[in-house]
Amino acid sequence: MRTASEIAPITATPKSGADVLTARIRKRLPAAGRDFELDIDIKLSPGITILFGASGAGKTTLLDCVAGLVMPDGGKIAISKRTLFDSDSATNVSIKDRHIGYVFQDLALFPHLTAQKNIAYGLADMIANERQRRTDTILESFRISDVRDRRPSEISGGERQRVALARALVTDPCVLLLDEPMAALDAPTKSKIIDDLRAWNREHHIPILYVTHGSDEVFALGENVVVLENGRVTACGTPHEVMTAPRQETIAQLAGFENFFDALVTASHEDRGTMTCRVASTNVELETPLVRAEVGSTLRVGIRAGDILLATARPQGLSARNIIPGEIISLEQRDVIVSVGVDCGVKIEVHLTLAARDSLQLRRGCDVWLILKTHSCHLMAHSARE
Amino acid sequence: MDWQAFWLTIRLATLVTAILIALGLPIAYWIAYSRWRWKFLVEAVVAMPIVLPPTVLGFYILVALGSRSPLGRWWQTMTGHTLAFTFTGLVIGSVIYSLPFAVQPIAASFALIDRKLLAASATLGASKLRTFADVVLPLSVPGLITGVALTFAHTMGEFGVVLMIGGNIPGITRTVSIDIYDEVQAFNFSAANQTALVLLGISFVALCLVYGVNRKLWALWPLK
Repeated sequence: MRTASEIAPITATPKSGADVLTARIRKRLPAAGRDFELDIDIKLSPGITILFGASGAGKTTLLDCVAGLVMPDGGKIAISKRTLFDSDSATNVSIKDRHIGYVFQDLALFPHLTAQKNIAYGLADMIANERQRRTDTILESFRISDVRDRRPSEISGGERQRVALARALVTDPCVLLLDEPMAALDAPTKSKIIDDLRAWNREHHIPILYVTHGSDEVFALGENVVVLENGRVTACGTPHEVMTAPRQETIAQLAGFENFFDALVTASHEDRGTMTCRVASTNVELETPLVRAEVGSTLRVGIRAGDILLATARPQGLSARNIIPGEIISLEQRDVIVSVGVDCGVKIEVHLTLAARDSLQLRRGCDVWLILKTHSCHLMAHSARE
Repeated sequence: MDWQAFWLTIRLATLVTAILIALGLPIAYWIAYSRWRWKFLVEAVVAMPIVLPPTVLGFYILVALGSRSPLGRWWQTMTGHTLAFTFTGLVIGSVIYSLPFAVQPIAASFALIDRKLLAASATLGASKLRTFADVVLPLSVPGLITGVALTFAHTMGEFGVVLMIGGNIPGITRTVSIDIYDEVQAFNFSAANQTALVLLGISFVALCLVYGVNRKLWALWPLK
């Protein structure tokens, strides 16, 4: 897994005969306050690549550039040998000739056409029989045959989503772009559509770029994750690498880490693979995994609330290396989880079960010990935002 | 009721409406979708006939059609007489003064269409022409109906410009609104009343059509 400083074009070995999408894009967009600049260089092989990032990171702009809806200021976009855009040779293939499927965030279904006519819209160049056959097949495989003669306003959100997907896929595109397609759907509907998409992808082997800011879709769908932050790629790797062992605070925040604080590296133990860090403005010392950082430098530490154990008496004989005394300053029940705020020099949030709270009889003011495994402490670059 | 004037006016309004739909569609399309920073100048020119005094408009059209202008001279060499005071001249003048009544509702209708639909159409392989025919036009039917109805009604009723460039020649340029004026001047109030009522009826029907098809869009009072 690579850090931001090591990222060069992200590559994966392309399967022979399959299309690879390469995109080197530079685009400046005027925005209130500071101009936004997109500057990326990615290579996508067949399969689902998740484009992950907070709102405003530039994900939609990236998709629009690939589709031809927005013209980049510079760079090159190509599908295998076919160049779609090249600022050096002033090539810019028109949107309609790019053969790229695009499912928009708000679907953009034609309101005056039935589901069937929407899907068949991209097949106008085919003879009627073939067009009907393809439309019927995809209606079947996405399970929307029974709504074929209804207008978009007359069908449910999940059905509309499937019509939009089918409309883009029935044209057999070389690349598929999806912009937060599941945003408005509930979990069971989402997972069924994700299965349909996966099944289709197994048969068609094209690069699929799936934009989202929801972490659950990352795990459900992604074979490869690209993280976009403020117009730049800051991380890439498998979902597990990027989300569970994040190297960037923003990813950690998106991935659901609750605790963040600064820590000073006081010692480095290379033979043991660990480091000692002192939490800023305290004398709490933590043993953390070894990362490439100099003694005396400041890093950000991220810890999941669910990774921390609580004890009402100082434990003995434990494998965990970090046992820190503190005092409970807040107790909050959230559904079936109890969120405990502990002050041990720095405020830490711990998640416990209701049973644990009750059997330990935890209350505000109780003295407790926090137990943290070395590997529960995730070290990240100190956020130096340019 | 001067039926000759009535049918002349119907012929005029129908011809002008047909010409303005053909001319107005490309102009409306450009106004709705162009991002030229000086577009507002074109929009102002198109809207002028709404606010200009009819005599001003009439005067300039008369000059443009007359024997001193390039158009007028060319016409004179082709046909032997001027454009002014002819039905053709009247058609040309009417197209000019009714232009905004056709272009504005259609342009508004085009502009209201979600741009994402046009983008979707393009990504699905449709040319700009096909997107216009299969997405823009079907979704602009209320605007088209409004344009047709307002252009027709407005052309039926125009007075000042018609008088200046038409010259009130019976059977050629004597429209219904001029007929009413003449009847009033001659104190034939009942004849004037009959003709006026017909015009009133036509205008009312046209507006009912406009507000009827636009119920979701343009009410004069807010929809409850």
